[in-house]
Amino acid sequence: MTLDTVKHATETPESELPWKELGLKEDEYARIREILGRRPTGAELAMYSVMWSEHCSYKSSKVHLKQFGEKAPENDALLVGIGENAGVVDVGQGYAVTFKVESHNHPSYIEPYQGAATGVGGIVRDILAMGARPVAVMDPLRFGAADHPDTKRVLPGVVAGVGGYGNCLGLPNIGGEVVFDSCYQGNPLVNALCVGVMKHEDIHLAKASGAGNKVILYGARTGGDGIGGVSVLASETFDDTKPAKRPAVQVGDPFQEKLLIECTLEVFREKLVAGIQDLGGAGLSCATSELASAGSGGMRVDLDSVPLRDATLSPEEILMSESQERMCAIVEPRHVERFMEICEKWDVIATVIGEVTEGERLEIFWHGEQIVDVPPGTVAHEGPTYHRPYARPEWQDALQADDAGRLPRPATSGELREQVLKLVASPNQAAKSWITDQYDRFVQGNTVLAQPEDAGMVRIDPDTGLGVALATDGNGRYAKLDPYAGAQLALAEAYRNVAASGARPLAVSDCLNFGSPEDPAVMWQFAEATRGLADGCLHLGTPVTGGNVSLYNQTGDTAIHPTPVVAVLGVIDDVARRTPIAFAEEGLLLYLLGDTREEFGGSAWSQVVHDHLGGLPPKVDLDRERLLAEILISGSRDGMIDAAHDLSDGGLVQAVTESCLRGGKGARLVVPDGLDAFTFLFSESPGRAVVAVPRSEELRFTDMCGARGLPATRIGVVDGDAVEVQGEFTVPLGELRTAHEGTVPALFA
Amino acid sequence: MTARIGVVTFPGTLDDRDALRAVRLAGAEPVSLWHRDKGLKQVDAVVLAGGFSYGDYLRAGAISRFSPVMETVIDQARSGMPVLGICNGFQILTEAHLLPGAMLRNNHLHFICRDQKLRVENAETAWTAEYEQGREISVPLKNVDGRYVAAERVLDELEAEGRVAFRYLDLNPNGSLRDIAGITNAEGNVVGLMPHPEHAVEPLIGTGGTDGLGFFTSILKKTVAT
Repeated sequence: MTLDTVKHATETPESELPWKELGLKEDEYARIREILGRRPTGAELAMYSVMWSEHCSYKSSKVHLKQFGEKAPENDALLVGIGENAGVVDVGQGYAVTFKVESHNHPSYIEPYQGAATGVGGIVRDILAMGARPVAVMDPLRFGAADHPDTKRVLPGVVAGVGGYGNCLGLPNIGGEVVFDSCYQGNPLVNALCVGVMKHEDIHLAKASGAGNKVILYGARTGGDGIGGVSVLASETFDDTKPAKRPAVQVGDPFQEKLLIECTLEVFREKLVAGIQDLGGAGLSCATSELASAGSGGMRVDLDSVPLRDATLSPEEILMSESQERMCAIVEPRHVERFMEICEKWDVIATVIGEVTEGERLEIFWHGEQIVDVPPGTVAHEGPTYHRPYARPEWQDALQADDAGRLPRPATSGELREQVLKLVASPNQAAKSWITDQYDRFVQGNTVLAQPEDAGMVRIDPDTGLGVALATDGNGRYAKLDPYAGAQLALAEAYRNVAASGARPLAVSDCLNFGSPEDPAVMWQFAEATRGLADGCLHLGTPVTGGNVSLYNQTGDTAIHPTPVVAVLGVIDDVARRTPIAFAEEGLLLYLLGDTREEFGGSAWSQVVHDHLGGLPPKVDLDRERLLAEILISGSRDGMIDAAHDLSDGGLVQAVTESCLRGGKGARLVVPDGLDAFTFLFSESPGRAVVAVPRSEELRFTDMCGARGLPATRIGVVDGDAVEVQGEFTVPLGELRTAHEGTVPALFA
Repeated sequence: MTARIGVVTFPGTLDDRDALRAVRLAGAEPVSLWHRDKGLKQVDAVVLAGGFSYGDYLRAGAISRFSPVMETVIDQARSGMPVLGICNGFQILTEAHLLPGAMLRNNHLHFICRDQKLRVENAETAWTAEYEQGREISVPLKNVDGRYVAAERVLDELEAEGRVAFRYLDLNPNGSLRDIAGITNAEGNVVGLMPHPEHAVEPLIGTGGTDGLGFFTSILKKTVAT
């Protein structure tokens, strides 16, 4: 086969190219021809097709994502906003923190171990590319029904992949979620978050400037794994009639990534890097076009110099390969020798593959002949924009009318007790320690809080005690009932979790997991959820700093529940003031903060007891969330509360169960006036938390709540070795523990 | 003058910075050692930290044992220099035949991370002198290849000579024979264990306890005294 050079393409304008097979639409292909003034070469077509795919170009979502910029709250802390590898936030004392959550959903269904592992690897490189040392990871995971046979295939693989990769990198895994719902049966959601820390002056950006500067590819050799992974995997739904796509999933090597991290941090430390980009989706196509388009000049790359694992790869395959553990750095010629020395020290292969040029073109050569000659911005940023039609689905009204308030409630105390045990033992509410104990949460020696705490917290300065807290939350059931409210409820919960740990919420990253954008109903869910999240972030003053969209999470015509997963980052001046969830001392007084209403739409109770999803989700009140957060943070800072737990899915009884079991102490609860025991225990009204207050601080605490207008109701005391709801029932801690901690091991061990 | 305690970084070592911090918190001087250098920078003792050195390729610790730094460490350990191997470091010490036995995949086949209770069975080694015999301590455990095995004869010998240094309490997390969490050589200068004392040196951090600090204060006392 003759090499399809630029010259050849000019001479053979009528040659047919497989643009359709590569996922491009007719008008998109016409646009490429228009940009180039000729037909693209095979290599150019490969680059455009992969960079213009849904995964890389956000073509269906970007008209909606714009809101995150347009409605961004004024926030002095934001140092780098949306558009870079990850956003960067000022956390004080000269430190900056970067964090992002991303999806690796489709690969994880096909090949759970590698899909999940490379999901961790990818997000870690994003954080590293900003100039930061990665300091922790978290994994929000969603699977099909807990008792479905395929979940037994997918879950252990995903968990082993997350652990196998993250544990070998030396990054503590400090939290996340594990949710089961049959809507995720063929489409598990494997999201991964990484957070990194740097000094302000160490921020690095992905741009190639300065003619004559060298383009250095370093890390693993390029192989045949993950070729077309981006366009093939992210743009199609799973369909039984198509052949298996296993080879399209990348294979990770965490040992290589660990070396890459240390090597990269060392070249940063010596200030050898002018620009840097990790190689993730779309591999070299993405890295070279993004670096070149963000810089001031052009770029010339010699593909023959790329170190290969498989010498038979074609230039198109080299450009599209998603081999893991690779980075691309722009280095001034005077620093190249030292850069190479550091790579050699860490046994990392590094190769000059090109240089920054004076021109404005990205030019790529193979065997001395030019195969790519494009304006890089057209590849990286001028992908198509779709205004997909969206419409509120017809079934939405009926779904909302199916009020969960009408479901039969427990008639006797005995039945109430039975339902409490059933709830805390249900797969979604049960303890996840069998899973999280497969992750290293101690490494790096800075972990202050980790799962099952409300938020993960790591110390970033051992001398001052400065730390950051992170929580990720999402509730697809709420979002299905009302995507606008559902997104805000996810935001509110993560915000509340961070505040409950004692940290001040600062910024947001999101991973928006939805079905096919070609379905107007799904597109409506997406539009509503993004609008809700953008409005919510504006209201709470926490900007979205970056994130990820994962579409086509559906099997046949059935989409997953719309699942916006929201990560909130907070800062705490001294981690010594952190608030744990554990009720660890007898005599502490328990206060319920906020208002409890009869809100059961989308609740855990409605799912566990009635297998029901209908009605409206709980009502969001963001002003209340902010007030609650202020109280929780003040209470922590001024030593007024010993423990706090946010109230969310499962309601008060879930929170009390977790706090009692964590602290190894029981609680005596009294149903407050005006509430019935059922609503008291199971309602999922947001804007609430339960706190444990030492007697000596009671007056000061209630005065503070009273002065600021936050309802605080005394509901009991930490005491004994049972959870007792006075006048209703008693459950010994042992029985509670067996119920809560036995479920997950029984299913998966 | 305080003791200089070296911590070796192999490619893939993860807990080196934690071990250096523990050394510093104990009041000794932490010194970074690099796997390619034979020189030990005049340290008084060496810690081989946890992680996945050389990716644990072939077998945990199997490649590290042949690295330039280990040539010197093995030599000096045989002449009495105190060496502590934690987790991957313990695996390296068994591969180097400084300690008997080997570590296999956990019996449940999973990585496990937990707060582990141990009993100090030998409080006379270079690394345990600050503990009382029989003291129960709590330190994090995290590994996938942590199941200690050795021939019956070797186990009997270890027991008879008091060389079982630490035993798992409450729960044997990985199927280690005779609940062995760590052992010492006959001279008491070389100690290896799977749990991570360097992760239990500060209140608030990790499990929030400081039960692991004694390893580092023990060696400080020992090396300064001699």
